[in-house]
Amino acid sequence: MIKPILIFGYGNLSRGDDALGPLLINHIESHCDLTEIDILTDFQLQIEHALDLEHRSLVLFVDASVACINTFDFSQLSAARDKSYTTHAMSPAAVLAVYVSIKKQTPPPCFLMSIKAESMELGADLGKSAENNLQQACLFVKQLLQEPTLNHWLQQTA
Amino acid sequence: MYNHLETAKNPENLKRVIVDPVSRVEGHGKVTLLLDADNKIQQARLHIVEFRGFERFIQGRPYWELPVLVQRLCGICPVSHHLAAAKAIDQLVGVDPENLPVSADKLRRLLHFGQVLQSHALHFFHLSSPDLLFGFESDISKRSIIAVLAAYPDLAVQGVKLRKYGQEVIRMISGKRIHGTGAIAGGMNKSLTKAERDYLLEDIDQIITWAAASVTLIKQVHESNLPYFDDFGTIPTNYMSLTKPDGALELYHGGLRAKNAQGETIMDHVNYCDYNDYIHEEVRSWTYMKFPYLLSLGQEDGWYRVGPLARINNCDFINTPLAEDARIAFKAHSPNAMVHSTLAFHWTRLIELLHCTEAIKELLHDPDIMGLDLVAKGEKRYEGVGVIEAPRGTLFHHYQVDENDIVTKANLIVSTTSNNRAMNESVRQVAAEYLSGRELTEPLLNNLEVAIRAYDPCLSCATHAMGKMPLQLELMDASGQLIDKLVKHSNGQIERLA
Repeated sequence: MIKPILIFGYGNLSRGDDALGPLLINHIESHCDLTEIDILTDFQLQIEHALDLEHRSLVLFVDASVACINTFDFSQLSAARDKSYTTHAMSPAAVLAVYVSIKKQTPPPCFLMSIKAESMELGADLGKSAENNLQQACLFVKQLLQEPTLNHWLQQTA
Repeated sequence: MYNHLETAKNPENLKRVIVDPVSRVEGHGKVTLLLDADNKIQQARLHIVEFRGFERFIQGRPYWELPVLVQRLCGICPVSHHLAAAKAIDQLVGVDPENLPVSADKLRRLLHFGQVLQSHALHFFHLSSPDLLFGFESDISKRSIIAVLAAYPDLAVQGVKLRKYGQEVIRMISGKRIHGTGAIAGGMNKSLTKAERDYLLEDIDQIITWAAASVTLIKQVHESNLPYFDDFGTIPTNYMSLTKPDGALELYHGGLRAKNAQGETIMDHVNYCDYNDYIHEEVRSWTYMKFPYLLSLGQEDGWYRVGPLARINNCDFINTPLAEDARIAFKAHSPNAMVHSTLAFHWTRLIELLHCTEAIKELLHDPDIMGLDLVAKGEKRYEGVGVIEAPRGTLFHHYQVDENDIVTKANLIVSTTSNNRAMNESVRQVAAEYLSGRELTEPLLNNLEVAIRAYDPCLSCATHAMGKMPLQLELMDASGQLIDKLVKHSNGQIERLA
């Protein structure tokens, strides 16, 4: 049975602050009621992840971002043709675009939480700042999950 | 050969063009071209600009952590590192490959077939099909999976579902798509349940049909412009891979085989634990990536290619029927004993993809994958070597441990490192044959990237870092003055700055 809410944290646990996405998932797994929530982690986004969006009512992507100015950012996603020549990784907006192409329908409401990161060196631990940012982000996500409705999540976007 | 283009005689007097980074490859690569006043290529190099820190990441850790830890070296083929590490630490607990329980051996093979299937599907359908279906010099807006989805919706959906199926095989065996703990020292930690087996069997016939169709497609694409496809980036080389004792294609465990450009055997059925007696690595000042070579042939002539093209060239047959038919058709398209076309990597990659689907079906019908005898034990050893045919080619993991089971020394030779010299040679061939004397444009420079992408390089693996940056082309005159600068931003927009 597919659960209505998907939280998808991506990144590499052994690359310093890149671990923020999977670490947030670990926190949710151990602190939240998962009756209605699916959690998923991966190193990076790829085309097949479009299929993980099927039959969801709300989706939250969680990623580390060195471009993030605030402790974290929370925004709604739109499908977008990813014109970039990419590496093997895709953006969440491009994954939504793949969903549209495959399913010929609008994807479920998807949101992105970007958590501020600084260093992503192989073998590095999570930085002190990132640790603090993660705590703040976890509190925010737990609050989101207390009222998992589109209206409530939209109200929380900046 | 084009080795004379590795180092120009008078680089200070030449125009410099930088392609930075190479797109749709993993990690961060950079191509530099030095041109003379007539835009003739005088020097071409593929640089790897990230820092190497792989072995340091592993040293100091207890060996039993390695199968999980090494997966984090690469987001593209974590299962290959997982299995290569597991094969190495089998030896640390005194278990040789022939003593691995039958169920554990077959589950590892099934896991590996799932990994190769999803990796090959990603490379063809996502990274290479835009070039192959729309043309190497087509508009940049077309060169993406989104454009393929729009123009070839059925094909693109099949690509997504093939990849998803491979991921599901991995998830069923190791518990997760990534960071799974399937293989442990001496065996596996779980087998498949009947429900898991039946779940994977539901779609396998459809998956085989799609895989076979992809081979038909790449054959048509290749043969639609045979002289071009056979010549583009083509270099006669040596090839190395594992094979089974009977010479069949082997992806999980076998002996090392190397053949030269004429198809003559250089070495065969070599125990990979002795790889140090056969392969050495050379360091060059202008790149972080090493240059491995076959010791018997020396640095200058001993470089070789690995990966799908090497494996299909080297093997005597494939032990699944549809893939074997495809191999025979592939070999028949060339009059030579060995196929040297760099673009033939795509064709051979899809033959292997088909083989994986057939092999998965065969294993899913084998009751041993539900067996419960999963772990063997032996006497502790202090050194272990694990070698596997990863999607991109032969992958070596070599560890030494102390009395406390801590890794004191690690050496890894990843597939992309083995292909380093060949990628450079292909870049030089394309630069000399297709770019020299022409005005440089983004579509022309994509030709260089096409040659590199054919190898499906994982520069993240080879140099152990990830990254993606905008593409930047700089044209300098003989005095070093910047005269033109073309920037391709991460959103795909092109901007001329100079």
